[in-house]
Amino acid sequence: MYIRDTIAAISTPLGEGGIGIIRVSGDRARGIATAIFRRNRDGGLNSHRFYYGSIVDPSSGDCADDAMVVLMEAPHSFTREDVLEIQCHGGYLVVQRILDLVLRQGARLADPGEFTRRAFLNGRIDLVQAEAVIDIIRCRTEASLALAQHQRAGLLSKKIAAVREGVLHALALIEAHIDFPEEGIPAATFDEIRQLVDGSVAEIDRLLAGFNEGRVLREGVSVIIAGKPNVGKSSLLNTLLKERRAIVTAVPGTTRDIIEEVVNIKGLPVRMLDTAGIRATEDVVEREGVKLTLEKISQADLVLFLVDASRPFDEEDRLILRELSDSRYVVVMNKGDLPERIALPAEIEGRPVIRISTLTGTGIDELRDAIHDAFLHGNATDSREYVAISRARHRDALEKAKKHLAGFNGNLSAGFILELLAVDLRDALHAVGEVTGETTPDDVLDLIFSRFCIGK
Amino acid sequence: MNADLKATPLGFGFINQMQGTQVILYDKNYDVIVVGAGHAGCEAALASARMGRSTLLLTINLDAIALMSCNPAVGGLAKGHLVKEIDALGGEMGKNIDATGIQFRILNTKKGPAVRASRAQADKQLYRLRMKRVLENQDNLDLKQGEVVGLHLEGDTVLGVDTKAGVRYGGKTVILTTGTFMRGLIHIGLTHYPGGRAGDLPSVGLSDRLREFGFDVGRLKTGTPARLDGRTIDFSRLEPQYGDDPPVPFSFSTERIDRPQVPCHIAYTNERSHDIIRSGLDRSPLYSGIIEGIGPRYCPSIEDKVVRFPEKNRHQTFIEPEGMDTVEVYPSGLSTSLPIDVQFAFYRSIYGLERVEIMRPAYAIEYDYVDPIQLHASLETKRVRNLYHAGQINGTSGYEEAAAQGLMAGINAALRTKGREPLVLGRSEAYIGVMIDDLVTLGTREPYRMFTSRAEYRLLLREDNADLRLREKGHGVGLLPEEEYRKFLDKRVMIEEELGRLQRTRILPSEADPAFLEDFGLTGMQNAVSLEQLLRRPDMTYTELGRIDPLSGDTPVLVAEQVEIQVKYQGYIDRQLEQVERARKLESARIPADFDYGGMSGLTAEVREKLQKFRPDTLGQASRIPGVTPAAISILSITLKARSGR
Repeated sequence: MYIRDTIAAISTPLGEGGIGIIRVSGDRARGIATAIFRRNRDGGLNSHRFYYGSIVDPSSGDCADDAMVVLMEAPHSFTREDVLEIQCHGGYLVVQRILDLVLRQGARLADPGEFTRRAFLNGRIDLVQAEAVIDIIRCRTEASLALAQHQRAGLLSKKIAAVREGVLHALALIEAHIDFPEEGIPAATFDEIRQLVDGSVAEIDRLLAGFNEGRVLREGVSVIIAGKPNVGKSSLLNTLLKERRAIVTAVPGTTRDIIEEVVNIKGLPVRMLDTAGIRATEDVVEREGVKLTLEKISQADLVLFLVDASRPFDEEDRLILRELSDSRYVVVMNKGDLPERIALPAEIEGRPVIRISTLTGTGIDELRDAIHDAFLHGNATDSREYVAISRARHRDALEKAKKHLAGFNGNLSAGFILELLAVDLRDALHAVGEVTGETTPDDVLDLIFSRFCIGK
Repeated sequence: MNADLKATPLGFGFINQMQGTQVILYDKNYDVIVVGAGHAGCEAALASARMGRSTLLLTINLDAIALMSCNPAVGGLAKGHLVKEIDALGGEMGKNIDATGIQFRILNTKKGPAVRASRAQADKQLYRLRMKRVLENQDNLDLKQGEVVGLHLEGDTVLGVDTKAGVRYGGKTVILTTGTFMRGLIHIGLTHYPGGRAGDLPSVGLSDRLREFGFDVGRLKTGTPARLDGRTIDFSRLEPQYGDDPPVPFSFSTERIDRPQVPCHIAYTNERSHDIIRSGLDRSPLYSGIIEGIGPRYCPSIEDKVVRFPEKNRHQTFIEPEGMDTVEVYPSGLSTSLPIDVQFAFYRSIYGLERVEIMRPAYAIEYDYVDPIQLHASLETKRVRNLYHAGQINGTSGYEEAAAQGLMAGINAALRTKGREPLVLGRSEAYIGVMIDDLVTLGTREPYRMFTSRAEYRLLLREDNADLRLREKGHGVGLLPEEEYRKFLDKRVMIEEELGRLQRTRILPSEADPAFLEDFGLTGMQNAVSLEQLLRRPDMTYTELGRIDPLSGDTPVLVAEQVEIQVKYQGYIDRQLEQVERARKLESARIPADFDYGGMSGLTAEVREKLQKFRPDTLGQASRIPGVTPAAISILSITLKARSGR
């Protein structure tokens, strides 16, 4: 379908890379740039000029990343629409986060080949190039088809089809009341309608939870080791890596740069970050390291808060704990081979605590479990029943459907008239239709006729 | 014209045909010839004649014009909507039922405005006679009895029709509205005989000709219940169902209904009735496989209901009067093709009908139809130029569906002879548009009936706004009398003015009637609020608004109704209008008739096959073909653009 709304997509391959590009095309491109891009110097954006600045979440004011931004106004752009390109650091999380910001500003996730399609439809590229687009679309379609067939033996489509079935049934019950008022259809079906919709919402929630796990599995998570100097951070990293990589000395403050390594923890790709120890210091270089560490802590998916079990919880530990107030963290007590002299402060109570010794290796397996379980539930990676929504499009469809079903529930409680309730359900069906295929009026009628004795 | 053309002594031309027969050429060439005078044919002929075209209406039986072969009623859900649309465009059905209706009811009054629908019982004979009178009084219209057995073609263009009596009528366009008559076969039990309807001869030969021209001709089935003798029914033991008082007319032009009104009665089948039916199944043409045609699922025979829903211990029937001057009644929902003895036992098993006499037996009828996928959206066939199909020949069922198609075929045949573009209504404009698009895009394998659930823009397609949607178009093609158009324009202006006034008029809480504020929980209100905002509240009505807004009392009822609906449902209406806007691009992207899908790279074999078979006219139609994916539509769209050189 060709619509003149504003579309957006990540234009660079997903994963670790030097830079990532998010491309936006449509009337809202400039508005989106204005909303999320802060220039480092004053002034607006001229067409076809590169600007350096930062991408900011307008709702929270948080900075997502530094970026280079270029706005190409229609018709002098690839699609002949207003086009915005955001170049940021590579890596899934940053790029995805900026795309999410763009989508929240009113853009829609682009369909495969949609930029090129618009370029063609707007007369920007010629027939030969267009033929190439057809091939691209075909390749993608076939690739995704093959993918769908292999992916967990089509379990995902089955689950989404189950969501559709529930909504379709609910709609059929409502349509039966609308179209056949004189057929003596029992009025008490509203409870059933509500049950069907609630069931579909629950299934959507399960699938969306699976999406996060799917993403985590594919893209990995970042885990940062934080602790005061000389508490054994690099030793822990090395233990997890099973090889000596970081410089380990007994002199506090040896690690001044962030060290990043990818480890496989029970199938979960984890980017482990070792950091400069955090403490008040006069050393300029070390202060820079501490500043960087604090920044990374705020971005990490999980923090391992490392403390020395053989010494009391001190002011330096407390300093770090304060920085963790907004983070998800696990308390890791190192040096378990020595007599325990630490007493954890009250505010830590209830947090998971793991006792380890990087010297003897005790507790490392428990720590691996804790990291895994923080992201994946149960034996998710082993189970054949596990269904992950791996594609953002599927998630989009389900989230849209969920929104409409929530609207339906609200309107049902508010006593809305039937045909308005039907609109919410139809919109929900339309949303899952992007995955399952459109629902036709005959699908609804088939259900009505099979269930109710209609006919005068 | 033809080398064999001679002249008869009386001046008519004639042609010698094979086997020594002669065809007499009628000496008048019509703009539009309509074959069949059922509900489709009548609207088609009237539309064409009213648009100033010389028109011929041919029917097998002049005494069966606009006959209600099945239930004596017009309207109902989605069908009432169709009648209002026919009326808004300048058709006759609404006026005809208003003049001859004996019970009017609005259905779904407790639901929202979009799914409220009008329904009326007709005095069947009066309905037919009034329609015949309207046809007879219409300028430019000749009404003749004759059975059409063939079409006269030159190349792939129709030039006229041949009748069984050996007369050829020349016409620039021909509209076929054959109903259930083509190769009609009536079934009662294991007995069957040819007939177009009980008491009428079938049309034999025409569908064979259509097959010869290359049309895909299929077979459908429908049925009707017995007509019972009302004198042998104990109505005192049945529950009466009265119409609305006062009755509300269908037509935007009818002021009020004057005819006396009568009730229907509700009765039920019981377990014994079902046992009787089961005992007769071995002699059912349906279950013994004699009937090949596919019947409508929404209108099953009683034996079908008993077999498919064995857990239901009773089925409801409305006993509908067939008219004021007859004792015949129609038991709705009790159609059957079981043998006469089973029919007697079954009808008499119903409480209140123990002594009932059957006046006309129930029967099933099989008939030929031409898959409507072979039509353009104008209802002109793709195969034969200037030939149009409307009504049951297109696989639809229902008087309203037929009339709506007849009207559109009549309009478009007339427009063709004027050299004008056809009138095609969109899915967002009318149920008529939804129906015709469904038919020509997807075809049909079972009798097609309209339901509101078929319309994706249901909130826009209401009975109440059919005039606002379609009057302009009716006027544009020259079908709407100037006086009715003026009336409509006045109404539209009043609606707009009243909407504006409600927006502008602001009420200060301090100046409003405290009792009013109390009643609607507005006592804490601080700021001035517009009447429009007040009306948008779920519990508010336009009438209630009158308590603080004296001016609203002067608003005509129909204007007030429209204003209230537009204000209250604006959010949802806007949402649907947005969807319409988004779909517009696809709907307006035309696919050339000779488009070669075979040469297209990028389509899967399955999608290519479907497009080849359905041959959609637009990208919008293509997108509604089951199995055609959004990716395929993208590819198609790109290829079309490439072909047209942008």
